[in-house]
Amino acid sequence: MTKTNSKLTRRDFFKAGSIIVGGIAVASALTPFDGVLFATEAPKGKGKWYGIGIDISKCIGCGKCANACKLENNVPKDPFYFRSWVEQYTIKNDGTVLVESPNGGIDGFKQSIPDADIFKSFFVPKMCNHCAKSPCVQVCPVGATFETPEGIVLVDENYCIGCRYCVQACPYGCRFINPEKGTAEKCTLCIHRLDKGKNPACFEMCPTEARIFGDLNDPKSKINYFLKNHTCMVIKPNLNTGSKLFYNALSSEVR
Amino acid sequence: MTQHLQHLYEVLSKVDGYVYPNEIELNWSILIVLYPYITGLVAGAFILASLERIFKLHVLRPTYGIALLTALSFMLVATMPLVSHLGKPLRAYEIMTTPHLSSAMAIFGFVYLWYLMVVLLLEIWFDYRRDMIIWADETTGLKRFLYRAFSLWTTDISPKAVALDNRLGYIVTIIGVPSAFLLHGYVGFIFGSIKANPWWSTVLMPVIFLFSAIVSGIALVMLVYNVITRIRKVKIDMPCLDTIASYLFYILLIDFVLEGLDQIHRIYTAEESFDVLHNLVFGRLFFTMFIMQGLFGTVLPLLTLGTLQFYKPKEKIRKVIYIVVPALILIGIFFMRWNVVIGGQLFSKSFYGYTDFKIGLIGTEGYLMAAFWLIVPFAILSFLLWLFPPWKKKQEEHEIQSA
Repeated sequence: MTKTNSKLTRRDFFKAGSIIVGGIAVASALTPFDGVLFATEAPKGKGKWYGIGIDISKCIGCGKCANACKLENNVPKDPFYFRSWVEQYTIKNDGTVLVESPNGGIDGFKQSIPDADIFKSFFVPKMCNHCAKSPCVQVCPVGATFETPEGIVLVDENYCIGCRYCVQACPYGCRFINPEKGTAEKCTLCIHRLDKGKNPACFEMCPTEARIFGDLNDPKSKINYFLKNHTCMVIKPNLNTGSKLFYNALSSEVR
Repeated sequence: MTQHLQHLYEVLSKVDGYVYPNEIELNWSILIVLYPYITGLVAGAFILASLERIFKLHVLRPTYGIALLTALSFMLVATMPLVSHLGKPLRAYEIMTTPHLSSAMAIFGFVYLWYLMVVLLLEIWFDYRRDMIIWADETTGLKRFLYRAFSLWTTDISPKAVALDNRLGYIVTIIGVPSAFLLHGYVGFIFGSIKANPWWSTVLMPVIFLFSAIVSGIALVMLVYNVITRIRKVKIDMPCLDTIASYLFYILLIDFVLEGLDQIHRIYTAEESFDVLHNLVFGRLFFTMFIMQGLFGTVLPLLTLGTLQFYKPKEKIRKVIYIVVPALILIGIFFMRWNVVIGGQLFSKSFYGYTDFKIGLIGTEGYLMAAFWLIVPFAILSFLLWLFPPWKKKQEEHEIQSA
């Protein structure tokens, strides 16, 4: 091969190379790499940005939250449809894990394992995690599921086509198809009550104040106080859903 | 409604371990098993047709027209199981009018339309335009009207116009192959992108879906060709079937290796979900996965077709093989879809238990409904073969000479 075959000389190569490298260096200096990572998601906007805290060590498994949710939101009574439910975890001395949630915990719990065989037992209230990077919002083919500016994930039942893709996409099992309406349904954080300045029904009914919620953007809010003073964790952090439901005293068995 | 609840209470009594309360009901039933199955048949049949056209494998000529019409028949039905399973079927159009662009399902509508309108219909139209014009002159009544209408009242069959048809048809086929790959790879992505479900969430899912689609489509065309030649009482073109069988073998082998790779990866990495999936495969999915998909749908066809690669038994035996093996493969791929769709919902996302699944005979999600959506494409195919019989196409002189 002779030199005339190649139009690109060594000088040209270095010239072009230094322009590209220099360009990247200048661009990086103008917009420095942001190394700050948020455990969930950077709070959006300056308005309210709701987060939820549940203190497992305070939950007594009375199931009043699950019942209040069904009554307040007219959720079908059959034990296949829940926006909010309570699970009882029993870890036996041999290491096996038993999870139960008869009728979502609405009728209370009975411990079926003899005390002598129990290593530890606790209750875990479950509800929508109102994720900041919701898989359910991502997959909805028509955009009927959306996130409000306050960080609440909602479903527009007049728009939902009932394809059930969101039910499949939710890692926490928090969605179902309303058998009468044929559309997806989930926890709304009782937005109709929030709008009137009231607490969501499940929070209102909790006798031990195991549930709290508040504005993550407000440094003095209850939720921020809760997060600051407890070692909190979200369920399935590996899925990077940006869950905003934080549990205190979450055991590794909980999924 | 009460029947539905009764069914759910029955399932509740069969739940093993713990499942989230909302997971007792299986959300995607047999209709969603059919959806990837039918779409796969379309993509596979089209790819077989494209082999003939693009790579000029003239030995496959007898199946070219049949493959295209089979693809179209199934394509026309592909979305029906999806739409009929919706909670609000009358709102289905919203996917097209207001698509949510981050949703894999929303984009599928456009991939589907692109494939149906731009690829399949155009290719068939260019392929049949000249014949439709000739047939219109030879027939009367409704048939004549149909030919005229489907040829869009064009009349030019000059050599120049036909040459243009051929060239445009060829271009459409070239666009069609990646489109067919896209179509079915995309169906795989609809499942593979659900990170909440470890049984679905694998990057190999689109590739596995694609190769199983090609396998099923080729098997279907083989079977349809067999049936048609018997109905028409003409001689079966054995070199053609021999060639298809060898393609079928290699693609089935790739499919088997890919699926094996997926499982080996799962077993070796043994992530959090491993135990629940392990029990699923050896429990509730054992029959459909190891017996139906594995043994009948994969191993037996692989051994049979593999043997044919170096040992050719008598034509009589091969004729039987070319009916039994594609039939087994079609059953196997159906159960592959079943194992993905139903299997992915049988275990709880809490990884602590399993729900149960039972299909009724009647109802919108029953066996009869599923059978209906499987029979309709064959009815459409019969109509298309009656109207556009590929064997009656008038060959052009240069084609006859080259043959």
